[in-house]
Amino acid sequence: MADTILLSSPHKHDGSTIRSIMFKVCMALLPGLLCNIWYFGPGVMWQCLYATVFALLTEAILLTVRKRDLRLFLGDGTAIVTAWLFALMISPLVPWWVSLTGISFGLVFAKHLYGGLGHNLFNPAATGYIFVLLCFPVIMNHWPVMRELSAGIDVISGATPLGDTQTRLAAMDMISEIQIGPLYGMFAGAGWEWVNLAYLAGGCWLVISGIISWRIPFGVAGGVFVVSTLFSLYNPDLYASPLFHLFSGGTMLGAFFIATDPVTASTTPRGKIIYGCLIGLIAFVLRTWGAYPDGIAFAVLIANAAVPLIDRYTRPNILGE
Amino acid sequence: MGLDQTKPGMNTQVTRQLHNFHGGLVFETYKDITSKIVAIQHPLPQKIILPLRQHIGIPAVPVVKIGDYVLKGQLIARADGYVSIPLHASTSGKVIDIGDYPVPHAGKAVATCIVIKPDGEERWADIEPTENFLSIDPKQLQEIIRSSGIAGLGGAGFPAHVKLNEGVVNVVDTLIINGVECEPYITCDDRLIREKAHYVVAGTRMIRHAVQARQCVIAVEEDMPEAYAALAQWIDDDIELIKVPTRYPSGGEKQLIQVITGKEVPSGGLAIHIGIVMHNVATAAAVYRAVTRGEPVISRYVTITGKVGTPRNLQVLLGTPVSDCLRACGYEHNENHRVIMGGPMMGIHINNPDIPVIKTTNCILVKEIQPIPAEMPCIRCGNCVDVCPIKLLPQQLYWHARSENLEETKKFHIFDCIECGCCSYVCPSHIPLVQYYRYAKTRIAAEERKREGADHARQRFMQRQHRLEEEAQEKLLPQVSTISESDSLIADPDIIKSYIEAAVARTRDKRHQSRITDLEDKDG
Ligand code: SF4
Ligand code: SF4
Repeated sequence: MADTILLSSPHKHDGSTIRSIMFKVCMALLPGLLCNIWYFGPGVMWQCLYATVFALLTEAILLTVRKRDLRLFLGDGTAIVTAWLFALMISPLVPWWVSLTGISFGLVFAKHLYGGLGHNLFNPAATGYIFVLLCFPVIMNHWPVMRELSAGIDVISGATPLGDTQTRLAAMDMISEIQIGPLYGMFAGAGWEWVNLAYLAGGCWLVISGIISWRIPFGVAGGVFVVSTLFSLYNPDLYASPLFHLFSGGTMLGAFFIATDPVTASTTPRGKIIYGCLIGLIAFVLRTWGAYPDGIAFAVLIANAAVPLIDRYTRPNILGE
Repeated sequence: MGLDQTKPGMNTQVTRQLHNFHGGLVFETYKDITSKIVAIQHPLPQKIILPLRQHIGIPAVPVVKIGDYVLKGQLIARADGYVSIPLHASTSGKVIDIGDYPVPHAGKAVATCIVIKPDGEERWADIEPTENFLSIDPKQLQEIIRSSGIAGLGGAGFPAHVKLNEGVVNVVDTLIINGVECEPYITCDDRLIREKAHYVVAGTRMIRHAVQARQCVIAVEEDMPEAYAALAQWIDDDIELIKVPTRYPSGGEKQLIQVITGKEVPSGGLAIHIGIVMHNVATAAAVYRAVTRGEPVISRYVTITGKVGTPRNLQVLLGTPVSDCLRACGYEHNENHRVIMGGPMMGIHINNPDIPVIKTTNCILVKEIQPIPAEMPCIRCGNCVDVCPIKLLPQQLYWHARSENLEETKKFHIFDCIECGCCSYVCPSHIPLVQYYRYAKTRIAAEERKREGADHARQRFMQRQHRLEEEAQEKLLPQVSTISESDSLIADPDIIKSYIEAAVARTRDKRHQSRITDLEDKDG
């Protein structure tokens, strides 16, 4: 007995693991995933499946090269979450090799070159997405037509509501004219609004179960809401409504799932809000004046780069300081 | 969030607004296991092992020799300087050894102890009660407390008289008597209050007189209704009795002060700097005995709990080996168990059952050894930030401690960390954060001593005792950490090295020997 290793206090743990957290994140993605499948067809599911396989393969190779414990790190579930987020950002029409390129780029360059789990500065899923978006813009912007609109015809590619709004605004149309089209639903893009609501529901569950902090999604949504309200009040013909912004494209997926990636997000209480707002703001700017229809992924990456600075200036005062 | 407290025993209801502290944890308390069972007197052990240092500060100096016959309550080691307290024999008998024995100190393997072989007579030394404490000078009362060897019996072991004296030098606004046992499993204070509420209340009044406090508060936890009721019987308008919400670590000094007064103890400062003195209920009871009977501290309540046959509280003579207490509660040594002195959050894992119960031992907990999940990289999830009661950034501290960036850890206030363990408890990556902090603290302390030179270091060292000593633990187990305070003043690394080697060898021999004697005992 005298030779037993002395163990440091505390001698108790709440039992949480990275794996259990990642499992819950996947669970929380399910409503959004199902909704996506409903509107865009089973292609979404295939994307998730490919992405998962590619991610695990890439991760396994990288871990082997870096001589890490394969079982331990492959089993942590982080690569699967990256894969799902990536798959849910891209169109179901995107061919597998694009998906493979994106996933492996994200994992190699954003994650493992920085030192692997816990060391990355940029979100791997967003990095992979942006990389393929820049390389294959045409492929990436082709979306299947919504279930309700396709009326019997299988899959026809078309634009997303965000893309449509952007092109037609450029063509001098007014928001009021644009948004009466069949692409638009009750308050945002047809179908998209439900997908976003589903992400919102899953995300709220994550907040309630304490997996993510409310501060980041609140910051993102708040940021988007405030600027879009200001602009749409200023000129409702040129700027889409705040609801449209909140519930179109990847807003909710970004707010609750991508921006909240703990490794790349700010860690201080005030910092989280600032970081979230920054994402919301940049996303709005990119959507409104940028070259691509959706700006969430770009916004997350830019905010990621600002995290060290944000954390530094928002350090909370300690007790008695 | 504030909770209204109604103060019983008053004609007009006075309410005190309670405050909240940041973070903390709410978990299963496991107090029912032992809280309902009356504490019994533990029988006289075969051997009494009394470490010269059972408090934070300088060890006491023996005033007896091997072979001397000592009486129960007799002074056997005198205080050495201000931050030191004397030591008394727990029972009558013969001093059979003065030497290095395993002691309960995180990371420290051995320290000098006086070993007494009880003669079974329990013959008391002459002790003298103090009549009417109110009529004597507060200073004199402090002297009595000091000479009774009272160290904070709550856990940290800060010499009681130092707090008292600081209290007189500074003006004391509030005296808080802490009956909040926030760690799971531990019920020794609960039992003490239930069984000796009168001692606690009377002792509180004495301490109050000694520090001349303007206000006086006794605090217990919400889940201690019996203790609350017991105290309520004895108190008057002069003392305020408060229930605080059950949340770990509400019994921590800084946290309890925050809950009760809303004030924050300044970073790096002491409670007295904001006019507050805090003592544990067990300290109050000990003061009562010291004053009314002249009895020094020779025993205490200890909770024996966890995987033992009959978990309960015991009244144990100081110096009683842990193995003795465990046996009394029907525990058979089991390879799959680990013995922890203290609670599950802050207790120390002890690897030698001969380690004695000392003044600060509140609990002996036996837990099953569970496989430790692999340590993963920090994913910056911030769970640790959310629970840290000191509002530190544990993950940043970890980052810098791990990369041995000691200057940075200081900037992130590593010395304000109370090692409550909340951060490690919630870390999904299972990083032993507290262990990293202890390591960094020890390194910093060692480096500072080295830099400042031996003389200066001694001074500094004494000042920093209350902050550092208890926390000092080397990450890599006993080898390095056997440096005891007087030895670590040697600045020459070679001397330290040879000392360590000698100490390690000594430890090994001692352990070996104790194992042999163990075997012999069993055989015989
Ligand atoms: S709880 Fe653990 S993993 Fe999370 S930020 Fe703190 S140290 Fe890192
Ligand atoms: S151990 Fe230290 S850093 Fe961790 S929660 Fe407690 S005070 Fe904060």
